[in-house]
Amino acid sequence: MDWGFINRYTPMYVEAAGLTLRIAAAGIALSFVIGALCCLARYFRVPVLRQITGAYIQLARNTPLLVQLFFLYFGLPKIGVRLSSEGCAVMGLAFLGGAYMAEAFRSGLDAVEKTQVEAGECLGLTNAQNIRYVLFPQALATSIPAICANVIFLIKETSVFSAVALADLMYVAKDLIGMYYKTDEALLMLVIAYLTILLPISALGSWLERRLRYAGFGYQRSV
Amino acid sequence: MAIKGAGRVKTPVLRIDNLVKSFDGSVVLNDISLTIGEGEVVVIIGPSGCGKSTLLRCVNGLEPVDSGEIYLRDARIDGQKKNLHLVRQKIGMVFQSYDLFPHMDVMDNLLLGPMRALGRTKQDATAEAEAALKRVGLSDKAHALPRQLSGGQKQRVAIVRATLMHPDILLLDEITAALDPEMVREVLSVVLDLAKDGMTMAIVTHEMRFAEAVADRILFMDGGSIVEEGKPKAFFASPETARARKFLNTFTYEELREGIPT
Repeated sequence: MDWGFINRYTPMYVEAAGLTLRIAAAGIALSFVIGALCCLARYFRVPVLRQITGAYIQLARNTPLLVQLFFLYFGLPKIGVRLSSEGCAVMGLAFLGGAYMAEAFRSGLDAVEKTQVEAGECLGLTNAQNIRYVLFPQALATSIPAICANVIFLIKETSVFSAVALADLMYVAKDLIGMYYKTDEALLMLVIAYLTILLPISALGSWLERRLRYAGFGYQRSV
Repeated sequence: MAIKGAGRVKTPVLRIDNLVKSFDGSVVLNDISLTIGEGEVVVIIGPSGCGKSTLLRCVNGLEPVDSGEIYLRDARIDGQKKNLHLVRQKIGMVFQSYDLFPHMDVMDNLLLGPMRALGRTKQDATAEAEAALKRVGLSDKAHALPRQLSGGQKQRVAIVRATLMHPDILLLDEITAALDPEMVREVLSVVLDLAKDGMTMAIVTHEMRFAEAVADRILFMDGGSIVEEGKPKAFFASPETARARKFLNTFTYEELREGIPT
């Protein structure tokens, strides 16, 4: 193991990790928005939108991210839409993640008793108020494990970004292997980089899950 | 005659005309008509599946009706889609399963309607909620979560939550069905107090003695129709229809035991 090599090239990994995280954050944030909209369209059975979102979810979940990225990167310019590498990566991640988030949110919404919504209706809340104060907090608490799993999954999926010429973690590792044949060192640093990013996020997820187990926002007590 | 009656003619709080409701082709409510006057307590009894819960659910639009008309103080409310929430603010409802919001403490459960639906200030709504909790003996539970309460306590909170909206009418749907006798007593005493205070109520229940105690009028339903209607004393002492007599027929376990060949 060449520790000097590892020491020398760690800054490259740090920089790549920064890029990976920035794109992941943007893509995941967008996927939350897309997921929430799709899930609401499906939960409230909005005509037409419901079928469109259903088709989108099947398309996004049953094609690899790499293929989706190629489509954005090489396909869209043919119809005059030109996105940067970063733009493609964010869009690709949001496209894939939106479908997964929609399903995670839906599982949460489905888990809320129908009578809870009726109780809100009986209090004379508007639909929007009922969603905000009754439905959503309870659905979110149930969805947290699935949402956390999706976040981690999406961060890992960023490893295909090198295919659209983005200098992400995977790209740096492949680059170093190609230039110096330091396979062991390059891959070890890659594994450590991913673990450094993902282990804290996993821990955060577990903590949130414990805290929201009873949908008791702000009231968590040991029972 | 006209003069004598004139002072007493009041618009009913609730009026239902020829209500019909079916699920998947089977008729659950068959031509129901009834009126409930100001401060009146109407108790609806009948065998399971006779349509009494569905009747309550139709009143506040939880179930769409097939035909017929429902009026709340002169305003037609059936089939209303727009501003249905405004109608529901005037119709309180309490369910068998309490349906408190599990992610909010008792006080937040009570404040949600008055603050969000009615737009009252927190200070104002809190003061009233605290007073109401005190009346039902739950002052110390204001900051407990629903899962920390007994069934009877939950149901009392649910009743308070509905009454804090100051509804024109309160619908109670088998609110004691999931409770043990002790809890039934504490919940029913709250309802009796409400009746004394003049709350207009439509109550579905299987507690016959409670029905007799609280009702101004009893409706006996079977097969989606109102079969018999009467004052509670008269109804329970000597029901007119054979169906109601059969429903109310009390028995002793000795009789039953003798009936079973050993």
